[in-house]
Amino acid sequence: MLSDQDRIFTNLYGVHDVGLAGARSRGDWDGTAAILARGRDAIIDEMKASGLRGRGGAGFPTGMKWSFMPKVVGDRPHYLVVNADESEPGTCKDRDILRHDPHKLIEGCLIASFAMGAHAAYIYIRGEFYNEAVALQKAIDEAYDAGLIGKNACGSGWDFDCYLHRGAGAYICGEETALIESLEGKKGMPRLKPPFPAAVGLYGCPSTVNNVESIAVAPTIMRRGAAWFSALGRPRNAGTKLFCISGHVNKPCNVEEELGIPLRELIDRYAGGVRGGWDNLLAIIPGGASVPVLNKATCDTILMDFDSLRDVKSGLGTAAVIVMDKSTDIIKAIARLSQFYKHESCGQCTPCREGTGWMMRVMNRMVQGRAEIEEIDTLEAVTRQVEGHTICALGNAAAWPIQGLIKNFRPEMEARIAVYKASKSMKMAAE
Amino acid sequence: MAAHPKQDFIQPASFAFDADSMVQVDKHIAKYPAGRQASAVLPLLDLAQRQMGRTTGSAWVSVAAMDEIGRILDMPPIRVYEVATFYLMFNMAPVGKFHLQLCTTTPCWLRGSDDIVQACRDVTGIKGWKENSADGLFTMTEVECVGACVNAPILQVNDDFYEDMDSERTRALLESLKRGVVPKFGSMTGRQASAPDGGPITLLFEKAE
Amino acid sequence: MVKVTVDGIDVEIPAGSNVLQACEAAGKEIPRFCYHERLSVAGNCRMCLVEIEKAPPKPFASCAYPVADGMVVHTDSPMVRKARRGVMEFLLINHPLDCPICDQGGECDLQDQAVGYGDDHSRYLEPKRAVTDKNLGPLVKTVMTRCIQCTRCIRFSTEIAGVSELGATARGETMEIGTYVEKALTSELSGNLIDICPVGALTSKPYAFVARPWELKKTDSVDVLDAVGANIRVDSRGPDVLRVLPRLNEDVNEEWLADKSRFSIDGLKRRRLDSCWVRRDGKLARASWQEGFDAIAAKMAGMAGDRMGAVAGDLADAESMLALKDLFAALGSTNLDCRQDGAALDASRRDFYSFNTSIAGIEEADAILLIGTNPRREAPLLNARIRKAIVANRTKVAAIGVPADLTYKVEWLGDAPALLADNSFITTLKATKRPMLIIGQGALRRADGAAILAAAWKLAAETGMLTADWHGFNVLHTAASRVGALDLGFATGKTLDKMLGGGVDLLWLLGADEFDTAKIGASTFVIYQGHHGDAGAARADVILPGAAYTEKDGTYVNTEGRVQRGQLAVFPPGEAREDWKIIRAFSGIIGKTLPYDTIGALRARMEQVNPVFARLDILPRFGCTDMAGPTASGTIGTESFTPAIVNYYMTDSISRASPTMAECTAAAAPVLLAAE
Repeated sequence: MLSDQDRIFTNLYGVHDVGLAGARSRGDWDGTAAILARGRDAIIDEMKASGLRGRGGAGFPTGMKWSFMPKVVGDRPHYLVVNADESEPGTCKDRDILRHDPHKLIEGCLIASFAMGAHAAYIYIRGEFYNEAVALQKAIDEAYDAGLIGKNACGSGWDFDCYLHRGAGAYICGEETALIESLEGKKGMPRLKPPFPAAVGLYGCPSTVNNVESIAVAPTIMRRGAAWFSALGRPRNAGTKLFCISGHVNKPCNVEEELGIPLRELIDRYAGGVRGGWDNLLAIIPGGASVPVLNKATCDTILMDFDSLRDVKSGLGTAAVIVMDKSTDIIKAIARLSQFYKHESCGQCTPCREGTGWMMRVMNRMVQGRAEIEEIDTLEAVTRQVEGHTICALGNAAAWPIQGLIKNFRPEMEARIAVYKASKSMKMAAE
Repeated sequence: MAAHPKQDFIQPASFAFDADSMVQVDKHIAKYPAGRQASAVLPLLDLAQRQMGRTTGSAWVSVAAMDEIGRILDMPPIRVYEVATFYLMFNMAPVGKFHLQLCTTTPCWLRGSDDIVQACRDVTGIKGWKENSADGLFTMTEVECVGACVNAPILQVNDDFYEDMDSERTRALLESLKRGVVPKFGSMTGRQASAPDGGPITLLFEKAE
Repeated sequence: MVKVTVDGIDVEIPAGSNVLQACEAAGKEIPRFCYHERLSVAGNCRMCLVEIEKAPPKPFASCAYPVADGMVVHTDSPMVRKARRGVMEFLLINHPLDCPICDQGGECDLQDQAVGYGDDHSRYLEPKRAVTDKNLGPLVKTVMTRCIQCTRCIRFSTEIAGVSELGATARGETMEIGTYVEKALTSELSGNLIDICPVGALTSKPYAFVARPWELKKTDSVDVLDAVGANIRVDSRGPDVLRVLPRLNEDVNEEWLADKSRFSIDGLKRRRLDSCWVRRDGKLARASWQEGFDAIAAKMAGMAGDRMGAVAGDLADAESMLALKDLFAALGSTNLDCRQDGAALDASRRDFYSFNTSIAGIEEADAILLIGTNPRREAPLLNARIRKAIVANRTKVAAIGVPADLTYKVEWLGDAPALLADNSFITTLKATKRPMLIIGQGALRRADGAAILAAAWKLAAETGMLTADWHGFNVLHTAASRVGALDLGFATGKTLDKMLGGGVDLLWLLGADEFDTAKIGASTFVIYQGHHGDAGAARADVILPGAAYTEKDGTYVNTEGRVQRGQLAVFPPGEAREDWKIIRAFSGIIGKTLPYDTIGALRARMEQVNPVFARLDILPRFGCTDMAGPTASGTIGTESFTPAIVNYYMTDSISRASPTMAECTAAAAPVLLAAE
């Protein structure tokens, strides 16, 4: 079990003072100028050595991402863009950072921006997080007033501006290039890649988009050292991580733990266990709606980290654990996700625009059982036709939950169809 | 979000930001580099909607408001229409004073969002989605995951999340709103934010200090 | 250059190209819907998927993926075929099965590619999407349920036409293309949306349910409704011209066509002159050719040549103008004019009256000064080139004239002619490498036109527009016949102004309708040879029915001086005949038989008169070696410049007869009124 001393987000639950004084008492903004004084390369090297992998879902090494920015700032300015568009169903970890530990994020923005030669950072927060935006703006204002950001931030000689930008209700803006488009005042439609943001990003300038949690852990890593961070977790899956445990558990909650914690331990220790006991478990979506669902047998032993979950053809994603007990209509649970993706498809490219609606409609029939058995195969084929054919990863995200359902719960789907057929023939017989 | 302005209401002929809003308009535009003022289109649409709410009791964005934003930001009107209709939070038709945004995505659904929906229908008399109650107080909108899943189910009223809802708490909340009393947002069971029910079991050391 | 291997074929292709271009270079056809070489890359239809070796094992959109040296591409692997079939299935699930009643049928990209990648049945069992149609005005018909959201139309209107009116509102499968707030499109290039739409979502409203493509006879020709000389294809069935489409010519119209040129054709069936008419007792009465010719011959008998004059109209072909000129020479008259608007054009040197930079050359200009012209109304395609230059090269544009929305950013210097001598843009012109000016007919058709022309040349000379390899002096014409007429010397003797008010006793109007016919002397005998019952015919004493541009073989010289040939697509109606033949026949009646009886012989005579007629289609680029300018006469006045064209949609006897153009005029009325 991770000790409180090794937890980074020490005001996760907002028990303590959210303001600058409280943040300082928890160690934020301590020696920031000295961290910057170590220089760009040293900061990036430290981040690389920490083994931190992006906390937004894809798990790309953060230090390496920073190193993709041009070494020399040319005629185009560099930008840091923070992805606070937290919208992956099941996920509510960044919300706690934004409202309870905002100074960790702002300090992280300064360090990351400095490391990549950016004088400005835009934090793109989802529009629904209104009160969180108010809290974060308050913290930004405090930081400006205290000289921690702005001209000569922290007395480091580095000028740094931090701006908050509110979204307006579009899951797709969590995709980094859609986020950039949205920030530029357009529809949140993902861009074609290449070019990647490090070459052509915000306003056509070199940009890096990072998740809130990735940026917010950076100051602590810089202070406590890469060795400390990388000693936590498992090899190639270093450090601590915020987990969100929702659904059919006795005590849903957010908690910070080491990567690699067994899923069962995570739920039993922090979330009061599965409703009705572990044996009442049906399935778990381990990393937010986009990753394939796990059956109970897998849940019994699986470790919560990038590589372990990838090995069982699922993913850590955002580490949002959605627990479903045996009372769950698993087909409906996944069908509701299909509705989600259909609703959130930007509509730009054909397979996603057309495929998400098709999949949702078939899934809705599967919930009723109003289908033929062969249609399960057709549905599976349609998910394969979407997967890997789209501009961004939303197509994959829409396909995977259904693939996970078919892989793990095909008998339930077939049984549903059989029941529906039987009820229909009984009805006909009665008439 | 709607493909086309419905025709069962009147589009105001004009819109202008009032003095309160203008302060914010300038502040937002100043966040972006020169020539990139289009970046402020989301904030300005939000401001327009808030001003409509403040001045008329119904927070929505009219065509006239979009045209005015296009003028201010030097954007062709169609580019503003595209943006406004793309993002869910902009209401393209009048809404009630209390915009009930019900999350029914899987994490909320697992925790009983169907009950919340039913309670809202019972109290407001609203039958479908995106419909307004007869008294003009409420609009019910089905929304996707609002990002507070460990406090599911969530009922968002205007800007505020009411968390850990159930049927009873929903009815009480709506009755209170009807009386004009807006309760403090957050967990309706008194939980400490996203900590487990009964209080945090981690991060206890600072308490001890 | 990088080397790419496509299906085993090695190709060299410039770095920065996309994979689709590499595939085309290798002769591989790549299916596509959203990709269009003249538009920005959207990459959204996903039809052009290919497999790339040593890349992640998934298909890539070839239109959006840059080539790399040594790249190995497969365009027909099992993965590619499967992927494209999948995309095709998605495109078809919500596409209606209404091909039998769709005007795109037979020339539909979706239909064609479904043959290659579609299945014979649908696995989609759910209800299909229905989308409300949009009213985009009189020209473009919408059936939005057919739309596959490729966004070509949005990109065309925004990028090429420069009119940001179309967009995609809402999102996901509810995304719809339209204007959101209903309005007619205000672009003069809107017809091109019909061509670029790969399905039947945007079709021609006037052409709705008229014909199937395989029923049509296709005739390559040249447009005459402005002076750009757009290359067109005339589609006809029997005696009817059913539609006009653009034909690719990179130097002139690329693959676009302006709306008037495309949609005026219903005017070809209305108010036509299909027989001779002779005025008897003050009233026009139908007559035979013999009667018509006799009436003219009787009038001419004994008349001094100097008392006769001829005026060539804006749509006249070079052949008939030369025949008329030769006829008048035989009659002893040199009173010829083609400048109905009185424009002070100096015919003494070709580069005094031509668009010397060339239309394609506009793309090389780095600064442009517009003088008394609204190119958007006078030559929409040329205006699109200016816009293209601005988008590609940030070309700076300033203008002296009445401010108007030209679809791009213009620095309006004012509308006073005195600005020619001194304005704030001169510094920019001098500082740039390839500056040019465009002077319109609005600046030249005034009393001080000659002085203005001379001043414009002087400005060009002083600001570096005239160099050995760059000719930046440009006259923008509005009449298709004008440059050809000047090339043939159809501007001698008495000017039109001098012929009016009794200046001649006999006036031969070759399709001339664009001047005030009330000013013709009361006793002047007027012959109107042309195809429409318009202003000239109304004043005529004898009407000789001629052929419209679609009904005759004819040569036209565009504003650049490019010699191009139109072809007969349908025969002239009734008794009407090709114009040069009418003149040739009449010359025989009066015993002054012209020395050619075939069009080949006439064209040989044209080349003799001016060798430029020997060089068809091609226009070499040239600089300016002789800096001496046009003859200056008089002084420049103070009156503001006014545009040559107020209503784009009605500028000639054909478009004035067109019900479609009348609808466009009505739709554009608020804009026109605002401009007045």
